[in-house]
Amino acid sequence: MAGTVRIVIDDRSIEVPAGTLVVDAAKRAGIDIPVFCYHPKLEPAGMCRMCLVEVGTIQIDPQTRQPVRDEEGRPVVRWMPRLQTACTTRVAEGMVVRTNTLQVQEAQRAILEFLLTSHPLDCPICDKGGECPLQNLTMRYGPAESRFDYWDKMRQEKRVPLGDLIILDRERCILCGRCIRFQEEIADDPVLGFSDRGRGMEIITFSDPPFASYFSGNTTDICPVGALTTTDFRFRARPWEMTPIPSICPHCPVGCNITLDVRPSARKGGWDILRVMPRQHEEVNEIWICDKGRFVHHFATAEDRLRQPMIRRNGELVPVSWEEALDRVAEALQQAGAEAAGIAGDRLPNEDLYLFRRLFEEALGSPWVTMDPPVFGGEWVARYGVGVGTDFGRMGPGSLVVVMAGDLEEEAPVWFLRVRGAVRRGARLIVAGGKPQKAERYADPILRYRFGTEALVLVGVLRVLLEENRVAPEALPRLEGLETLKQGVADYPLEDISRQTGVPVEQLKAFARAIAEAHEVVFLFGREGVVDGEAFAGMAANVLALTGHVGRPNNGLLPLWPHANTQGALDFIGVRPLPEEVPVLYVVGADPAGDGRAMPRAGFLIVQDLFLTETARMADVVLPAQSWAERDGTFTSGERRVQRFYKAIPAVGEARGDWEIFVALALRLGQRWLYLSPEAVMDEIARTVPRYAGMDYGALAWTRPQWPPVGSSRDLYFGGTARPNTAGLGRVWASEAEAPEARWPLFWKAPEVPSEEAVLVVPVRRLYHEGTLIARTPHLRSWIVPWAARMHPETARRLHLEAGQMAMIQVNSQAVRLPVQVDPAVPPQVLMLPASLAPRAGAVQALPVEFRVEVGDGALPH
Amino acid sequence: MGRYILLRHREIADLHRLEVYVRHGGYEAWRKALTTMTPDQVIEEVKASGLRGRGGAGFPTGMKWSFVPKDVFPKYVVVNADESEPGTFKDREIMEGNPHQLIEGALLAAYAIQAERVYIYVRGEYRSVARRLEAAIAEAYAAGFIGRNVLGTGYSVEMAVHLGAGAYICGEETALLESLEGKIGHPRVRPPFPATYGLYGKPTVVNNVETLANVPPIILHGAAWYRTMGTEKSPGPKIFCLSGRVRRPGNYEAELGKITFRDLIFGEEYGQGLLEEGRAVKAILPAGASAPMLPASALDTPLDYESVQAAGSMLGSASIIVLDDTVDIVWAAYKMVRFFQHESCGKCTPCREGTYWLRRVYERIVAGRGRPKDPELLESIARQMAGKTLCPLGDFATSPVLSSLKHFRREYEDYLRRAVETPAGVPA
Repeated sequence: MAGTVRIVIDDRSIEVPAGTLVVDAAKRAGIDIPVFCYHPKLEPAGMCRMCLVEVGTIQIDPQTRQPVRDEEGRPVVRWMPRLQTACTTRVAEGMVVRTNTLQVQEAQRAILEFLLTSHPLDCPICDKGGECPLQNLTMRYGPAESRFDYWDKMRQEKRVPLGDLIILDRERCILCGRCIRFQEEIADDPVLGFSDRGRGMEIITFSDPPFASYFSGNTTDICPVGALTTTDFRFRARPWEMTPIPSICPHCPVGCNITLDVRPSARKGGWDILRVMPRQHEEVNEIWICDKGRFVHHFATAEDRLRQPMIRRNGELVPVSWEEALDRVAEALQQAGAEAAGIAGDRLPNEDLYLFRRLFEEALGSPWVTMDPPVFGGEWVARYGVGVGTDFGRMGPGSLVVVMAGDLEEEAPVWFLRVRGAVRRGARLIVAGGKPQKAERYADPILRYRFGTEALVLVGVLRVLLEENRVAPEALPRLEGLETLKQGVADYPLEDISRQTGVPVEQLKAFARAIAEAHEVVFLFGREGVVDGEAFAGMAANVLALTGHVGRPNNGLLPLWPHANTQGALDFIGVRPLPEEVPVLYVVGADPAGDGRAMPRAGFLIVQDLFLTETARMADVVLPAQSWAERDGTFTSGERRVQRFYKAIPAVGEARGDWEIFVALALRLGQRWLYLSPEAVMDEIARTVPRYAGMDYGALAWTRPQWPPVGSSRDLYFGGTARPNTAGLGRVWASEAEAPEARWPLFWKAPEVPSEEAVLVVPVRRLYHEGTLIARTPHLRSWIVPWAARMHPETARRLHLEAGQMAMIQVNSQAVRLPVQVDPAVPPQVLMLPASLAPRAGAVQALPVEFRVEVGDGALPH
Repeated sequence: MGRYILLRHREIADLHRLEVYVRHGGYEAWRKALTTMTPDQVIEEVKASGLRGRGGAGFPTGMKWSFVPKDVFPKYVVVNADESEPGTFKDREIMEGNPHQLIEGALLAAYAIQAERVYIYVRGEYRSVARRLEAAIAEAYAAGFIGRNVLGTGYSVEMAVHLGAGAYICGEETALLESLEGKIGHPRVRPPFPATYGLYGKPTVVNNVETLANVPPIILHGAAWYRTMGTEKSPGPKIFCLSGRVRRPGNYEAELGKITFRDLIFGEEYGQGLLEEGRAVKAILPAGASAPMLPASALDTPLDYESVQAAGSMLGSASIIVLDDTVDIVWAAYKMVRFFQHESCGKCTPCREGTYWLRRVYERIVAGRGRPKDPELLESIARQMAGKTLCPLGDFATSPVLSSLKHFRREYEDYLRRAVETPAGVPA
């Protein structure tokens, strides 16, 4: 596709990249060619015939190689005998296109008339009415009256569930196949198809359960009519009644840009979030979001949100005023002083995390704050995280993506989509893990190692790189600690590594060579089953630094963090062990008790959250916090992109923003804090925190036009319902390796490897694992994965467990009670537990694990 | 050489048996090509013969083969035996009576483009035909004409029969390929053409049964011999499927351009006149339902591609259906429109919606509830479809409408004069 070609569209000469589709070329020239089946994110289909245009070629004299000219000196154009579909025709040098002739207009009018013969006239009750390409194009190109008898319209089913989330209206469907192609080409869940033929043709799902895909909601966005609707939003509002508030998805480290479409609601006693829509950001989520992001917003407006502060009196939590609660908390913190400890969840926005840290350090003089859940690798991400400007959308031939110790689709669904896109364009993918995952469909090679040996696998890779002298020349002068690393690695013969990890030597070599030979490498790492997280992250960093894949765009580490602002929690709080016993513990946005996680014993417990969590039930004071939808703030994504979200709905009950509560406490503790808004906090962060330098709200709100221009319902070219990005593309803080004179330190530590007899507890993350937030979206109920301890039949036999039994599993002195599920797909010697219950993958040190088994009725304790 | 080149079984009993076929020169062309000709020479010979595709489009066969890239493998030959045009039954007779000549032709095509596999896509209704074909293929395998290292030349080729599921659209070559791949029979956008992007995305030649049956005699006797038959632009023999209101319907093999519609319908060795005495030809459908119908004034048109086109229609697959003056043309057009509506795959808008709309208008006309403007409406719908559809089916569907309106508009007017006036907007 090298080079550009010059073509003429509607008498305007333009230069476009060779191979561009005529419809896109026209769009670049500002000329709308109407489409239905075409979508710039999908392969062209040429089905709807809406984009028919005249196409010709300037005749070239073979002798002179100059255009043949008529008497008046105009180039002679040889027109094709029929109209051509602009969505399937690629530009070529000397092509001439006419999009506005009588012939073309007649064709557009004809196709619209045909489409409308089978389309119902239910725009007044259609969810798409008002943002519907068929409506828009009919207004612009269509006939004013129908010559087709209303009585002859086909009557078809209006409510065909394609699963729990999506409803198909067969009458409205214009059979463009966008949904089918999205599922095949983008999501790679080819669960939709055409059935039957002619006017009887229909969209069907052939998966069981129906429409099994984490991305099904996107089909309702790209549907050019109101044929596909979500069960969540269907019939709930007209598009023009809602205000789209720009936001950031609060669920995973991708940081998808979204809008919360809100409307006043009597039922909710104020404003309600009616739907979540993708907001275009080509470097983050393009125009896609996963179904969790789309549907799991109901928690924000849930009935059982905490609405008032509460204090324990006579063993009972009773509602009190904010004044009383804050006074009580301030008093307790004052008394504890430097002994007070705090735990901050990694869903809190940056502003709040920053103030929480300052509250402890400055108002109390206490160093005892930590983040929850604890994660490893933060320091390596700061050094070697993906370079500024990294974009999966620009990866292709010569690029390599590595996914290790994490399930890409389950943990970061939209990254899965984008990595698959890169692979389709020619990038290479390597997946290394202890269990199978969807991304392995495109991986070459797939490395299957024994859980717990992640770091050792990478030691093997390092050994190959060093033995084969594959240290990048440009990296050599910058590296620090190469000799130590060489000596350390020398103790590990490849054969030993292969035997312990279960990965063949040849695969270790292939892995190493692929990394060394690729032009660019993004290394995604997770925590699944990782025993020695410090060593694992350090070795991954070594591999990239040695091969020079750090410090520039499309290179570096990309962590599969557990939540939307884990990076922010690392930046502002960090991981540090707390004392086992503290006089006062202040837990914000975290539920260690509910998640089966160790928590200091506290004389006085303060919990600040959205819901009365397990931890909150134990508290002496409970403070109701606002969700992200009720206030302004920022999250920092896994690629360290700091992004703004905006207040969408008023506070629920008396809930206050976490930052606001910290300010009120700081004032009571004698500090002179004068923050009137999160914006003021971010202004200060932008001035004082080096990583976040300059990232005030103004800078974060900066945007530039996105291509393809699909994020606008006014755009006839796409006219879908993804939102344009007018509220900010965010800013990425640079990794340390990007500094011009940066040294690239290497790491060495003999990795800790569990014995081969040990039974490992492997925390597994699933997109729809049972949890506090997801439980409040009823639409996803049937998709929720119940908590269970999954194990191979052989392991179960060894542990004297049977399917359905309740087992009390003790890991790191924390006991978790779970039903036993036997599954031959689980590797032997492994217990797979939900990550939210046993999140400390690397902390399983007491091996073999102790078990206390209870034979129960199989009922969950909840 | 006998009277027949394609329908040789009419002269030779049991020609469908390999032993009989071989005794009468069968597989000699195959042997000759494999042992004395390069693949390119085979293509050149077919090019020189001027053989044109007998499936309907009349595209030069040798040219089609030469479009196949030399350096992409694997390659495929797909035999289009989905004979589903109304009134077409020539391929069936070849496959039943003279199957080895098709097999030999398909093998020659495979060798010419260096394909490793031949699929014969047989329409679903031809179950017994497929069995006959499979038996013949088994014989050819056993005799070493198909399989690994054919005749010791080192060339290997496999052949298999696939039965369709009964959709007309699968006679369209790209829909056929989709169907063969196990997908729903939807035509593909062209370009790319099957020669470069065909079965499973690989270079593929798709040829009609009758086309391939022409190839062995061309290779055996040479292009010059072949060109002694037919016309300059339409050389060779052709099977004409004659049906409708004629006394002796059936397949007739004749040289292209050497007989006229009149000869075919009335000739003693052909149709022997109309079914009923005293009747006159009213209209001719030269290519089943898909080409425009011609009035009786076209009777003296010679039967070759150019002449029929000059007369305002297409020779197509040469399935000539004769309508005499007992036939109600509006009813006949309605039947054909209904056929296309039923067979429209639904992939593209103008065909899916247009055929349905046409059908609804015809339904009210023949039910005696037509409206004065209906002929104009039909014409307008048909013109809105023509030239805008993804594959030729949509264009075909307009043929009976536009041609009947052109030549027999009075019959529509008769219907409308008799029609019970119903106000527009009331269900017909």
